[in-house]
Amino acid sequence: MFRNVSELVELSISKNVPISEVMIEQEMEVTGRSKETVMELMEKNLDVMEKAVERGIREGVKSHSGLTGGDAVLLQKYIESGKSLAGTTILDAVSKAVATNEVNAAMGTICATPTAGSAGVVPGTLFALRDKLNPTREQMVRYLFTSGAFGFVVANNASISGAAGGCQAEVGSATGMAAAAIVELAGGTPEQSAEAMAIALKNMLGLVCDPVAGLVEVPCVKRNAIGASIAITAADMSLAGITSRIPCDEVIDAMYKIGQTMPTALKETAQGGLAATPTGRELEAKIYGVPLKKK
Amino acid sequence: MKFKSVFDIIGPIMIGPSSSHTAGAARIGRVARSLFGRKPEWAHISFYGSFAKTYRGHGTDVAIVGGILDFDTFDERISDSLNIAKQKKIKIKMSEEEALTDHPNTARIRLGDKDGELEVVGISIGGGKIEIIEMNGFELGLSGNHPALLVVHNDHYGAIAGVANLLAKHQINIGHMEVGRKEIGSEALMTIEVDQNIGDDVLKDIEKLPHIIKATRIHE
Repeated sequence: MFRNVSELVELSISKNVPISEVMIEQEMEVTGRSKETVMELMEKNLDVMEKAVERGIREGVKSHSGLTGGDAVLLQKYIESGKSLAGTTILDAVSKAVATNEVNAAMGTICATPTAGSAGVVPGTLFALRDKLNPTREQMVRYLFTSGAFGFVVANNASISGAAGGCQAEVGSATGMAAAAIVELAGGTPEQSAEAMAIALKNMLGLVCDPVAGLVEVPCVKRNAIGASIAITAADMSLAGITSRIPCDEVIDAMYKIGQTMPTALKETAQGGLAATPTGRELEAKIYGVPLKKK
Repeated sequence: MKFKSVFDIIGPIMIGPSSSHTAGAARIGRVARSLFGRKPEWAHISFYGSFAKTYRGHGTDVAIVGGILDFDTFDERISDSLNIAKQKKIKIKMSEEEALTDHPNTARIRLGDKDGELEVVGISIGGGKIEIIEMNGFELGLSGNHPALLVVHNDHYGAIAGVANLLAKHQINIGHMEVGRKEIGSEALMTIEVDQNIGDDVLKDIEKLPHIIKATRIHE
């Protein structure tokens, strides 16, 4: 069983299998399930992700509070206009991440990756890269195992909970997980996956969890959007041969320690940050139908 | 290691918007229901920490009641659970607590009817994963990921061996086991996580053993 990223990469190299395979084998060992069952279970998750993305980019769902919804559709139209500056792949990933989180905010069905608030990054990048790299269904399922392997390390050595570690633990983890999985899907090495994760997570360190009105909407949806763009950029940097000066496991440890020292007001309590801005408070008062309290 | 399966990270499939505050809350509610073993007449839910501050926004209240109604994390009836509870004549009371707890997402649930009461404390540790840390005043660590057996017994030699022998006879493997008591010779609790679901016959056999007061189970 691997306990950290360096052990995960080592296992992958010594067995001469991709990281997704290391994760699949460990899952079989821990649960006693067959490979077929494990793959099938993950494919179910993939199906749910695909449906959420499709729903978000086509229907333009609105949340109950009215704070979020419809942005994925706007982005799709903008991409079609051909005026995009960042390029189709990145913007498509951004729109599909947004789509997932808009569906989530509207109490629709999603698959947590690693959490619901950060559910957009992994599927957003995957379904954008599908058009670029034409993966098989199995490769897409493997993408989720590779993401899962890196998320597994973060969850056991740091945290994937915004209440415990801030947004860096949620969207930050998801961004690192996606970056690592993109590398494998694009044909990179296990070491390059780890470098991509390190580069991505470094750029999410310190990110606080400060949802307006305590809802998983503002700024969660847009943080997933930018997380998806960082994941692709970090993967590209790693595939170009760039490495992280700080090893991946140490970045994860730094994230954990930053989370521990982060004030409670900035860990999913809606007491600080964007939640505590005048507009944040105004929205909160309006949504719950209570008078605006001076805080 | 707190997280053992890749499906703790990629998953669960769930109704939004929050894995810790919606899916985790639904799971805590469902474990409480499962331990109570029947539809309660009333439920008192206390929220602590981040749960207390944001439960309305995250639908934690709706989700935990959904769990008490025995709904799974992906059950679309969750969003209507408060109405469904009313139709089923379950009286729900909720409160926000100021007290600081070890974990920011903590909920205390008391369920009851004319035949009895049950109190559990659950925490939601991220990604929809939960732990039950207290039942009727006993501390325990239950992940809710495996079928489990909870046996209230008298703190007396042989009680634990009796249960272990009986499980062996039924070829049920123990994955994790904890024993707690409030004081020597008083009431004690065995928490046993096992690899397969436990049938009614096993439960009845356990309750017939000496020093055993009550046995309940949780299915995966």
